[in-house]
Amino acid sequence: MNARLAHIASNTFREAVRDRVLYNLIAFALLMSGAAILVGQISIDIERLVVVNLGLTAVSLFGVVIAIFIGIGLVSKEIEKKTLYTVLSRPVSRWEFIVGKFLGLAGTLVVNTFFMAIGVFASLLYVSHHFQRADGWILVALYFIILQFLIVTALALLFSAFSSPLLSAVFAFALFVIGCFAEDLRGFAAMAHGVSRWLATGAAYLLPNLSALNVIGSVAHAQPVAWQLVVANTAYALLYAGMALCGAVLIFERRNLK
Amino acid sequence: MKPSAHITAICSLLLIFCLAASTLVLRKLDAMRSAATLEEVLYITSPKALKRLSLGYNGLLADLYWTRAVQYFGRNFHEGTGRYTLLAPLLELTTALDPQLLVAYEYGASFLAPPPPGGAGMPQRAIQLTEFGIRNNPNDWHLYYELGFIDYMDLKDYAKAEDAFRRGSMVPGAHPWLKLMAALMAEHAGDLNTARLLWTATYQTTNDRNIRSNAAAHLRALQVDHDVPILENLVAQYRSRTGRLPERFADLEAAGMLRGTPLDPLGHPYNLTPDGRVEVGDPDDLPFIQNGVPQGYNPPPKPKIVPVD
Repeated sequence: MNARLAHIASNTFREAVRDRVLYNLIAFALLMSGAAILVGQISIDIERLVVVNLGLTAVSLFGVVIAIFIGIGLVSKEIEKKTLYTVLSRPVSRWEFIVGKFLGLAGTLVVNTFFMAIGVFASLLYVSHHFQRADGWILVALYFIILQFLIVTALALLFSAFSSPLLSAVFAFALFVIGCFAEDLRGFAAMAHGVSRWLATGAAYLLPNLSALNVIGSVAHAQPVAWQLVVANTAYALLYAGMALCGAVLIFERRNLK
Repeated sequence: MKPSAHITAICSLLLIFCLAASTLVLRKLDAMRSAATLEEVLYITSPKALKRLSLGYNGLLADLYWTRAVQYFGRNFHEGTGRYTLLAPLLELTTALDPQLLVAYEYGASFLAPPPPGGAGMPQRAIQLTEFGIRNNPNDWHLYYELGFIDYMDLKDYAKAEDAFRRGSMVPGAHPWLKLMAALMAEHAGDLNTARLLWTATYQTTNDRNIRSNAAAHLRALQVDHDVPILENLVAQYRSRTGRLPERFADLEAAGMLRGTPLDPLGHPYNLTPDGRVEVGDPDDLPFIQNGVPQGYNPPPKPKIVPVD
């Protein structure tokens, strides 16, 4: 990674870490993991399941909220504060700015996920008193959640490159929801005929598929995750995030900043 | 700007006053609302719609619906209302959201199948739930056991019970009880001993304290149902020998027909009535008994189940 990218990424990371909203969201996610213990106690025989399901869902949803709300401001804030002109007046390309911002926020999300994962594992240890081999699959689910964040962050950055923060948030969140329905969209495409089939199939491939990245339900039941799925999900998330980033760079390169 | 000490003091006092007053008003509101009937409602009844609304986080939603089902059953059971209209839909939603949630089938069926007041009295819905569980988890023998148990205990359909136990016994790693149960269904389906074996298997294979307590209560009831006719038979024999009814168990002991005063499974002595009937001392402590119930006894709305350690 070149030095300019590293500088932009580290500054983005520092800026995100200073954001108080971030801490509130992490605190809330940790609270949810703790609450899982209480939910488990008022139910029958699902203490471990609730901790895994609620803990990982909280990590995923709060991470997506962080990715969207910080991601949408990455470009617009710089324009608003006029700091972007200072950065771009130096020998920094626009693509380096976008990719650096992406890497910085992705790094922030990885660190956040690490801390939230500690909360999940602490809750799990509290209810189970010991770890078992199958708990290792939770790490795979967390890895998939990070891949999900990469896609959502890249999308937030894509919208932030040409739209207002509010609209970017709406677009990014809508795509996250649609991404969760990706398999339904594919099913709809398979059932359609003629032009609508082509359109639906095209939309199904263009829109992000986030449902394959959600293995929370199966790891909660201690079911293993196939290594082929890990490889395919990694490739898909990197390719999709790369595609969205390329789109963001293409738009930002042509954007009139005057 | 430096905050005024005067304002700080007034606001702090006001805050404490408002908090205390709102707590008192809320308590009053709770007391007023306790008389009102707050109907439980299921806003979404379609498992498919709920699954889509969960955005793929259906595991968590299933856990929450299962918790809701447990709370719903528990509340109605403790209040002795006998109304369980939402129980089956709640369990069906739970298992549609997470078909691998075995606990919802095992305990859910045991909530649904028994007749009130111990359960919802819906054995057919329990069968449907368990069959759905077997289709989604064909390698779990507990579900076949549950199915056979409902067929035997609640539907008295011994052929179906035998089929369920036999299918379960073929699952790799199945409990050896299942083979025995299948054989017993074929030969001695209506026996007390068969029922005793089933409840013993439940007692030994469950990890849940409530289910174990319930199984223990049924085992105690079966013991009473077994003891009382034997004791009444002895009373009849005594009468035919002496021409009069015994006044107390000591008379049977003196006649060499008994060794000591007979005790119920909780260690309390049985009572012998002047007309020669044998009754338990405290029927509230021995729910589910068929024999030995004192005349004119009205069971409580909720069976009293003595917890096991």
